[in-house]
Amino acid sequence: MTYFIDRRANAKNKSAVNRQRFLDRYRGHIKRSVEEAVNRRSITDMGRGEKVSIPTRDISEPVFQHGPGGRRTIIAPGNKEFVEGDRLRRPGGGGGGDGAGEGGASNQGEGMDEFAFTLTREEFLDFVFDGLELPHLERKPLVDLDEVKPVRAGLTRDGVPARINIVRSMREAHARRIAMRGPIKRALREAREALEAEERKDPVLRNPARIDELKAEIERLEKRLEAVPFIDTYDLRYNNVINQPQPSSKAVMFCVMDVSGSMTQAHKDIAKRFFLLLYLFLERNYERVELVFVRHHTAAKEVDEEEFFYSRETGGTIVSSALTLVDEIIEARYPPSQWNLYVAQASDGDNWDDDSLTCRDLLVNSLMPRLQYFTYVEITPHAHQALWEEYERVEAEYADRFAMRQIVEAGDIYPVFRELFRRRAAQS
Amino acid sequence: MTDRKPIATGSDWSFEILTEFEEEIARLADEYRLDTYPNQIEIITTEQMMDAYASVGMPVGYHHWSFGKQFLAVEQAYRRGQMGLAYELVINSDPCIAYLMEENTLMMQVLVMAHACYGHNSFFKGNYLFRTWTDAGSIVDYLLFARRYIAECEERYGVTAVEQLLDACHALQNHGVDRYKRPSPISAEEEERRQKEREAYLQAQVNTLWRTIPERASAGEGVGERDDEEDPLGLHAGGRYPPEPQENLLYFIEKNAPLLAPWQREVVRIVRKLAQYFYPQRQTQVMNEGWATFWHYTLMNRMFDDGVVDEGLMLEFLQSHTAVVQQPPFDSPAFNGINPYALGFAMFSDIRRICESPTEEDREWFPDTAGSDWRETLHFAMRNFKDESFIQQFLSPKVIRDLKLFKVVDDDQDEMLEVTAIHDERGYRRIREALASQYALSVREPNIQVYSADIRGDRSLTLRHVQDNRRPLARSVYPVMRHLHQLWGFPVKLESIEQGEVVRRYQWPLPEDEDSESPGAS
Repeated sequence: MTYFIDRRANAKNKSAVNRQRFLDRYRGHIKRSVEEAVNRRSITDMGRGEKVSIPTRDISEPVFQHGPGGRRTIIAPGNKEFVEGDRLRRPGGGGGGDGAGEGGASNQGEGMDEFAFTLTREEFLDFVFDGLELPHLERKPLVDLDEVKPVRAGLTRDGVPARINIVRSMREAHARRIAMRGPIKRALREAREALEAEERKDPVLRNPARIDELKAEIERLEKRLEAVPFIDTYDLRYNNVINQPQPSSKAVMFCVMDVSGSMTQAHKDIAKRFFLLLYLFLERNYERVELVFVRHHTAAKEVDEEEFFYSRETGGTIVSSALTLVDEIIEARYPPSQWNLYVAQASDGDNWDDDSLTCRDLLVNSLMPRLQYFTYVEITPHAHQALWEEYERVEAEYADRFAMRQIVEAGDIYPVFRELFRRRAAQS
Repeated sequence: MTDRKPIATGSDWSFEILTEFEEEIARLADEYRLDTYPNQIEIITTEQMMDAYASVGMPVGYHHWSFGKQFLAVEQAYRRGQMGLAYELVINSDPCIAYLMEENTLMMQVLVMAHACYGHNSFFKGNYLFRTWTDAGSIVDYLLFARRYIAECEERYGVTAVEQLLDACHALQNHGVDRYKRPSPISAEEEERRQKEREAYLQAQVNTLWRTIPERASAGEGVGERDDEEDPLGLHAGGRYPPEPQENLLYFIEKNAPLLAPWQREVVRIVRKLAQYFYPQRQTQVMNEGWATFWHYTLMNRMFDDGVVDEGLMLEFLQSHTAVVQQPPFDSPAFNGINPYALGFAMFSDIRRICESPTEEDREWFPDTAGSDWRETLHFAMRNFKDESFIQQFLSPKVIRDLKLFKVVDDDQDEMLEVTAIHDERGYRRIREALASQYALSVREPNIQVYSADIRGDRSLTLRHVQDNRRPLARSVYPVMRHLHQLWGFPVKLESIEQGEVVRRYQWPLPEDEDSESPGAS
């Protein structure tokens, strides 16, 4: 007796729970690998899975086993030249205790030093952003309801046929039928009983007129009973659907970068990685993330991604030009009531001296009140200049939504990023 | 007989074609008197196959990180192409569940059906070890029970607590079987019905054992007759507990560990029962694979002779079959121990040869087998042996010669290795004996038994490891001891015995003064 069963449509990922358990258990190890990977990764492929290795001894499941040593006998196949009594040097040289046996008959489970496996993209990002949190993540309440979601809201008496709630309609009809037919039925029963009583009487005593009357009454009642409709428009119930305004979960991220002559390609690479991390992070927190690239030297310009990272410009640096442009873009396209606004700025710290003051004014008075978070990374090994100092004053004013750090080399990016978005415990 | 048409050509399969092949195989299997459980053949995808692999051949398993690790390892190996998943996965249950992957070619599907659904299946049903130690009819139910029970425990006591308990049990699961006692079959309904009862009863029993107020009446019986100066009251006269060494560590823990909660005992029991289910498989690898390989080879050839299978399919089959039964020599980079498929297939084929066309040598070595009905003999061999005894009984000089087996002694007191036997007249018996013992569980795994539990003193547990040819325990002994300590709750000691003398002691927790023993293992 044989049955064939096609299980292909069944759920896969039966092991998902076990896989998750494994990842949880070796969180520490995996995190270390992920951290290394983030720093090593080329700029564009952050959103890929990652191969992770864990030393085998750390994840071994120990059992009682024979160790090396003692006297052991091995039977091996493929004898070519040995004859009985031959004496051989131990293979593998060294001659020590690690005589794993002829021909490398390896002790099972000791074969590999590293247990390697691949994290999926989601798992990888989970680890990358583990313990981080987006500050001021807000669901913007909307005044003008341009984002709505249909939700069920009880039942109504009228609506389109497609929304008829059959169960509820039938129940209504049933109730109505009981209510309407009850009195008629009762009258009918009484009439029939009266008729029967009348007919049981002695023929002499019968009242023919009464009988006719009762018969007519019964007939009338039966008609009325039949006239009670099985279902009436009055019974119909419709599922009610209303449009509910949705809190916005959109974010826009402004990448602001200095492209003046002093920013080398290496600087840009570092900036790009930082932007990328931030983008991936935002993407995990918001349903929709838009990117706006603003680059600047003495003048700012909104550009596409390609141009942002790879075109070369020279000239001086006026940071305020970029901030002004961001401000204008927000004004024109991203009303703060609907969008969560994030600005990430990367620069080497150069600026026209008296412009830094303008920057601070712009930030404090115009931008910061509208932004969710402003991050500034200064990519320079050198001492800070006027811009940093002015920004420090902004930070003092908006301590919870303004953050700035210095990055010297690519290896700093991830630690700095983690520091910027560290989950702030016990803070409102 | 070549008048029949091939059932199908090409490499695409469909359910109709598979059914036809299956019927054909079933017909032939019947002719060869293969007695099987009903087959439940499941077609699955690659991912599902990886899932199945990861749960070590259990169709439903409880959750544990080690299965996740297994899954990741399988997935990685498969992605890199180091491992073909195609071959087979078959579960010793009634009906016998076999998995066929949808990616397989038609030839592969037919091969797997012959191999798993008739080869392994008949082995599960016929072999005495499986008959004794497993209950194919109820295993799936039991697994369901185990999964539900453990999930319930996780809910009630937390995932971490259950996980640590399982870790500890897994470390001892190779020592969770009574090797010489026939177990009662397991059944899920029974389990569930009795589980509640058992919980209460078990705890009561343990309480009796560990009661701190001595019960004079029953303890007094044997004591009064003795007259001991040192111990006039006979407080130490009770003798060692347990009176006989116990080889089933998990059973001993389940019944005697002083501090385990009832649910923890039940989990220990589940791991023990599953270990028991896999126990026969560990001892019959060569036979089981050899048997299945022999039958897929025989059935495929027969179908080819009958014309049901065309030449293309047959060539594809032979290529695949050859790869499976290949035995690389010891000095080849591909060598990874003796291939159980190769050895088993060679031996079963050789038994058939001895029956059908015995040589002088065979008549001398196998007077009973030579010339007998090969089907009878093969079935006899399959039913009544395990790897160890099967090799001892049936490894013929011809197979030894074909595989060019030789015996090497590796003694750590000797600078050199010594070849003590090769495939010649003087060596056959020695090789056979040595190879047989290589498959004996008692040689493969350390012999460790519960020696005593100090129920009147510090409650420490002492195990004894009887060394085999001076072979010491691997360093994994420390982590295992730690797990054992978690289960027992009091200090555990382990003594290695060589010729009646204790040559090495291990204990956990580590003694604070002599750190020299400490391996620094975490």
